Amino acid sequence: MANVVDVQGVRKVYNRDSLEIVVLDGITLLVPEGEFVALMGPSGSGKTTLLNLIAGIDRPTSGRVTVAGTDVARLSESALARWRSRTVGFIFQFYNLIPVLTALENVQLPLLLAPLSRKERRERALTALRIVGLEDRSAHYPRQLSGGQEQRVAIARAIVADPKVLVADEPTGDLDARSAEEILTLMETLNRDFKKTIVMVTHDPRAAQRAHAQKHLDKGVLTA
Amino acid sequence: MALPIGYNVRNLVVRWKVALLAVGGIGLVVMVFVVLLAMASGFRIALGATGAGENGIVVQRGSGSELTSYFSREQGNLIAVDSRIARGSDGQPLASPEIVIVANLPHRVDGQPTNVTIRGVTSRAFEVRRNIAIAEGRRFTPGLNEVVVGRRIRDRIRGLDLGSSITVQRRAWQVVGVFTADGSAFESEVWGDFDVMGPAFLRGGGQNSLTVRLGDPATLKDFDRDLQANPQMQVEMHQERQYYADQAGPVARSLLILAGFVSIVMGIGAVFGAMNTMYAIVAARTREIGTLRALGFSRRSILLAFLIESAFLALVGGVVGCLLAFPMNGFTTATGQTASFSEIAFAFRVTPPDLLRGLLFALAMGVLGGLLPARRASRLPITVALREA
Repeated sequence: MANVVDVQGVRKVYNRDSLEIVVLDGITLLVPEGEFVALMGPSGSGKTTLLNLIAGIDRPTSGRVTVAGTDVARLSESALARWRSRTVGFIFQFYNLIPVLTALENVQLPLLLAPLSRKERRERALTALRIVGLEDRSAHYPRQLSGGQEQRVAIARAIVADPKVLVADEPTGDLDARSAEEILTLMETLNRDFKKTIVMVTHDPRAAQRAHAQKHLDKGVLTA
Repeated sequence: MALPIGYNVRNLVVRWKVALLAVGGIGLVVMVFVVLLAMASGFRIALGATGAGENGIVVQRGSGSELTSYFSREQGNLIAVDSRIARGSDGQPLASPEIVIVANLPHRVDGQPTNVTIRGVTSRAFEVRRNIAIAEGRRFTPGLNEVVVGRRIRDRIRGLDLGSSITVQRRAWQVVGVFTADGSAFESEVWGDFDVMGPAFLRGGGQNSLTVRLGDPATLKDFDRDLQANPQMQVEMHQERQYYADQAGPVARSLLILAGFVSIVMGIGAVFGAMNTMYAIVAARTREIGTLRALGFSRRSILLAFLIESAFLALVGGVVGCLLAFPMNGFTTATGQTASFSEIAFAFRVTPPDLLRGLLFALAMGVLGGLLPARRASRLPITVALREA
């Protein structure tokens, strides 16, 4: 199977004042299509930075990041934005729903960037909400939902444009055990039934166990 | 590609306290701006309505105002018999010789002296000018020390009430009537009999101006050329309406300059206010901006969204300002007219173009105040924005 994510010898260096901070130091990572990978490691190990590079919201200092056949660093800012809207679905720790938009409107957001009619957008968003089991909450605002429900709306938003890759940064980090369990089950379903490739950053060993593969980072280097 | 407008509007509704401050600030600035424009408009309308397009006014060449113009009665009579001047029902030319002086009279409110234009006219004046109407009392009787007063000046000057009398040049003049003139500058004048006032004001044998009704207004240019070519006279003819409108020029212009200056100073303050508000809005939504960018919204659409939000905020402020300014419509005040040194009462006129200018001014403040914060919002690195609480 082809590798959806192909990270080759990536370094990421930040300049803070006159200090050079090496966050990633020669990372090579392959994620085959349909894989569910957990990135683990202590705080400051660089796992979120690696995830951001894969998601195309950050660029490597050196090395190459190829996702779904595209060399991410070669795209211009606006081309990269278009690429993200088609290729990557985002799941955040704090859900990052837009508070003034309803669940349905939040899910429709990525579709505003696609050439779809208003009716098609609505139907697709409802389908995504049905997949996460929240079709009956489509008119609710985020503040009217529980944390677990908010995250499910966020997952509906992540899958609505049918992206190749889902990136999740601590998707259960802000949830109680039961809600976390539901979210992880939902992610497994997306991986198994909808063939989504998932890269998930997590601290939580129980979450990591649900993934097929676990990669450990420490001080910017993959250890296993 | 753009974010829906509803997104911006709902965001402002949610942050209504912050939004209200900016709306209030911009609203007040727009109010002052529109009121000042209304003042200039009112002044221009008052003087623009003074005089008719079909009338010509003959004054001394190069005199600049009626007050500094003077020519003899004989010259006036010679001009009046010209065939280009229309005739009244009695077959006599519609020509009104007039003398103009300025008298010092006390303000009704505080008794402070102010200049008032006194005009000596014949009964022809009421025919030559169609918009003069006696509202109370009657016309003055020729040969008597009687006057009629414009309604606007009656309201502003002491002793101009019907039945009372004023002293001008050591003579008492009885107020026998109040007249209106479509809100024009004539309503800021006191009119008496030409033949009584001439000798009383030491203007006997001459006149300041001659206003004539032309049979065909198109002949005015020729008429003026003939008058200027006549070596025995030092006079020229203007269209009456244009003549009085030109007198309004300097004051209306200085009011407009004042409006511009005050509005720009206040506008700068309001722009900073709007900018502050927008920065606060951007700061509070940093993570949201990061999320939208991650989802694939371009920098341009984020910039546009925040500019629209700021412009919308300012437009609401503009509408508030216009509504606050509107009650000033019709409010009467007075100013010195530079050409005649006398007081001209006029009503504020909040005209549709003034309101439109107010809204455009608000829009400009909004766009200007939103530009930097919107730029900041669109340029944040996504990874930095997403880390914000």
